[in-house]
Amino acid sequence: MSLLSALVPLALLGAIIGLDVVSFPQAMWSRPIVGATLGGALVGRPDAGLVAGIVLELLAMDTLPVGASRYPDWGIAGVIGGAIHAAHPSHPSGALAVSILAALATAWAGGWSMYALRRMNGAWHTASMPDLDAGSRDAVMGLQLRGLGADLVRGALVTVLALAVFDTLATVALDRWSLGPTMTNTGIVVIAAGTASAAAWTLTHATARTRWYAFSGVALGVAIMVLQ
Amino acid sequence: MTAPAAMPLRIQLAVFTRLLAIQGSWNYETLVGNGIAFAMEPALRLLPEGRGGRPYREALARQSRYFNAHPYLAAVAVGALARAELDGVPAAQIERFRTALPGPLGSVGDRLVWAGWLPVSSFLALLAFGLGAGPWATVLLFLVLYNAGHIALRGWGLWVGWSRGMRVAPALGTPILRQGPQYIARAVSLFGGMAIPLAVARLLRPGRERLLQLSRTSSDPMFSGTVRDLVVPVALVAAVVVAIVLVRLHGRVAGWRIALGALVVLALFSVVA
Repeated sequence: MSLLSALVPLALLGAIIGLDVVSFPQAMWSRPIVGATLGGALVGRPDAGLVAGIVLELLAMDTLPVGASRYPDWGIAGVIGGAIHAAHPSHPSGALAVSILAALATAWAGGWSMYALRRMNGAWHTASMPDLDAGSRDAVMGLQLRGLGADLVRGALVTVLALAVFDTLATVALDRWSLGPTMTNTGIVVIAAGTASAAAWTLTHATARTRWYAFSGVALGVAIMVLQ
Repeated sequence: MTAPAAMPLRIQLAVFTRLLAIQGSWNYETLVGNGIAFAMEPALRLLPEGRGGRPYREALARQSRYFNAHPYLAAVAVGALARAELDGVPAAQIERFRTALPGPLGSVGDRLVWAGWLPVSSFLALLAFGLGAGPWATVLLFLVLYNAGHIALRGWGLWVGWSRGMRVAPALGTPILRQGPQYIARAVSLFGGMAIPLAVARLLRPGRERLLQLSRTSSDPMFSGTVRDLVVPVALVAAVVVAIVLVRLHGRVAGWRIALGALVVLALFSVVA
């Protein structure tokens, strides 16, 4: 299925999700677990979207949206990854790999677009300085609304561009994909799980007794896995 | 002039809604400064002479300058600074207070939310996925859980800021903010430890099922039951090795960048070979 037939709803989803990353309302529907599931749902397969979303969520654990730091745009990445994975049900060998690759490239490009938007907000702010210093309500409101509007447009543009590039590339790559699903998917999942584990360790190791909680958690998880 | 003890409901709702968009014009020059003025503006209309009056314009100009805080805990600053403006606190004192606030509001918020509540919510959603939850159950669990904390924190921040005004600092020493991150860190460890193996097992199930199909039609030992049963344990051990390498690298390389590089190589190999 070509994703271009779902371009408008996906672009709208990308815009709304892109806005949530920083500007409004940071309710974390921009996390890949949400964005990818919704992206998959718009293509008719939310379950496939969720699988891509889980892998991306594991990878996103080590980049937290802390203030002035530059971080990838995981929201739009989730939409792209979920939609591409959902659109290629007949290619179990490479669909996950290709969708995650497209999502990671989008996350990287989306991060740069956020940086550009912040610079643009800064330029608008500098231009409004005399009015702001005079306590102009219009200047305060104008800056805020302009920033929000620009972020909404940014989300839609990044989504459309990513779909235009990666939908075609994914189809071409999947037609020639030669590796089996076990090897491909295991490789991706290993890196994703390793990244999330390292992130959890980094976030928690300074707190007393967390390693015992981690070991207990792993033991419980493995026990449930064996029982399943 | 003294501000009313409780912020009028209409103003509260307007300020709270605007708090959700506090980072709408985030930039490297003033960070969240303009957002503070934007969120506080409905409350400043209560100043003498009302909207457009001299006190209103002076306060708005003061509050639109540089400010840094965690976006959720910026609610504390908005409440406290609005209260100070309405109480008629001298401008120089408000400026000093405004300069002192960002440090604690940033560090506490980052530890409590970005390094605590967000990973806990994510790991609980991953755990639900690993236990077999469907797409909507997984997504709803994450959104409801995360936003219960998110909305509560913003609401509490606005309330405590407004009710304490310039004396808000002791409220930031409340046990939830002081010890909460430690408890949440333990929850991250516990749920992360549980969720990762279960999520890995479910993610690799299609591959194992494919091996099961192949083992029925092929005599190749590569597709035997032993190999099939080893996929998840081998993946988990390999994930631990990747995690150790990443921890040793100590943040010099992000995991997602390694994944991007590895996938480019994998895709080229698979497509060209």
